[in-house]
Amino acid sequence: MSNWFYLHGRAFMQALRRLASQPLGTLLSALVVGIALSLPAAGYLLIDNVASLARGVSGTPEISVFMSQDASAEDIAAAEKRLRGDAQLAGYRHVTKDEALRQLEKGGLGDVLGGLTANPLPDAFIVTPRGEDPALYDSLHARFAAWPGVAHVQLDSAWVKRLHALLGLGRSAVLLLAGLLGFALVIVTFNTIRLQILTQRHEIDVSRLLGATDPFIRRPFYWFGSLQGLLGGCVALATVWATVHALGGPVASLAETYGAVFALTGPGPHESAAILGFAAFLGWLGSAISVRRHLAERLT
Amino acid sequence: MIVFNEVVKQYPGGYTALAGVSFEIRHGELAVLSGHSGAGKSTLLKLIAAIERPTSGSVSINGQNVSALRPRAIPYLRRNLGLVLQEHRLLYDRSVDDNVMLPLVITGHPPRDAAKRVAAALERVGLSGRGREMPAGLSGGEQQRVAIARAIVNRPSILIADEPTAHLDVAYANEIASLFKSFNAAGVTVLVSTHDERLFAQHSPRRLVLHKGLLQGAGA
Ligand SMILES: Nc1ncnc2c1ncn2[C@@H]1O[C@H](COP(=O)(O)OP(=O)(O)OP(=O)(O)O)[C@@H](O)[C@H]1O
Ligand SMILES: [Mg+2]
Repeated sequence: MSNWFYLHGRAFMQALRRLASQPLGTLLSALVVGIALSLPAAGYLLIDNVASLARGVSGTPEISVFMSQDASAEDIAAAEKRLRGDAQLAGYRHVTKDEALRQLEKGGLGDVLGGLTANPLPDAFIVTPRGEDPALYDSLHARFAAWPGVAHVQLDSAWVKRLHALLGLGRSAVLLLAGLLGFALVIVTFNTIRLQILTQRHEIDVSRLLGATDPFIRRPFYWFGSLQGLLGGCVALATVWATVHALGGPVASLAETYGAVFALTGPGPHESAAILGFAAFLGWLGSAISVRRHLAERLT
Repeated sequence: MIVFNEVVKQYPGGYTALAGVSFEIRHGELAVLSGHSGAGKSTLLKLIAAIERPTSGSVSINGQNVSALRPRAIPYLRRNLGLVLQEHRLLYDRSVDDNVMLPLVITGHPPRDAAKRVAAALERVGLSGRGREMPAGLSGGEQQRVAIARAIVNRPSILIADEPTAHLDVAYANEIASLFKSFNAAGVTVLVSTHDERLFAQHSPRRLVLHKGLLQGAGA
């Protein structure tokens, strides 16, 4: 067991030495890997931020049931009675036309409304369904619309749904991007390792003659690929952090002009670990494929 | 113990380098393999280290059938052999110490003990204190001795050397021959190939003479 650790430690040190012996090449590879990875990482982060913003704004989706202007008091009372007894609803709130008007006045439209002789607003019910199943919303929508005196039924959740659909699309796009760029990174590592194997052909052959096993010969290359990936992951993380830092101020002041409080958040510990792990894995994968392909025994 | 049984080696081009060779080298023997260039000496030695595989027949080392060995097992066979190939195969970007240390690194030997063994092996071949130098700065004979030190550093029970005295002047060649004799005196089975049959004459070795892929005379 200690021999196993010793051999891995040796392979690790050998990989480190190889990285350090060509600082420019190492730096360039890390930059290529890092910049390529920073794109999907930043995309993921952006979507994550928008999603949390959307969650904060939307709350539980509601249905607004607007009565018509000329609905009778009986119609309104009947509608309220039905809502009260409906098992599919979590609750409802009756907003009378007077209440609605007062809210508008408070909202700063007093001057405009003051000129009106009659209240132009209808009675309305803000209904909270039990559950978030879109089918439930559609069936409720149809039922409410059929009641006498109901002018219009509005699903407040519609825009949230659209946003979620959009975010879903964004997530798929980021995944696709990550997949494509990840593939490119595997190819980059594959090629780096291929060149290394070529330049170390002699050493590899000699080592085999002296009794080196395949794992012994492969290990430094695995470590090299993983370390190179990890370095790239560090560059990606630094790029994303720098972007968040640079955009943080402008985004906050933009949000402020809309009266919202919104701060761009960078990758947390889990996301950072995921980016680094993913990068190291890609490097390992590239080296593993390359080693399989190029290290088949060939002795003279 | 090295046993060849009706070994035929045909290279991919169709050339028959060994045409049915049988012999036995017992534990602790000193054997010298001679023959003209192209007689098949290197081929025979490569079969022992499983660098080449026989086309037919079998090669066995210490009772283990090398010709039937799984690829995974080959490294462990080589660790028990000391190998000095015709081309020195030193690493020219590493110091003499690092070159000699390589077999110990491969087997995961503890570093401190490995350093002691390297020093001892270099002393054995008369290169004490030269460990820090680079192989390119050494003479041909000295490089050959580095290769020999590398072959014995693992304390193998069998030492195989392919023309270790080629390109050396007579004085150097005799020195190297004595070196192999001294390893043999310490209990190591030694099999050395050479162009020059006179070289080991004073050590009265077992003789194997190859001619066009066949063993000649008493050795057969
Ligand atoms: N890899 C190979 N492929 C094809 N033919 C080969 C190969 N290796 C050796 N041979 C041929 O096999 C024959 C024996 O070669 P080998 O190297 O065993 O001879 P040798 O006795 O060691 O000669 P030398 O004294 O010149 O080293 C030669 O004719 C050589 O051309
Ligand atoms: Mg030869």
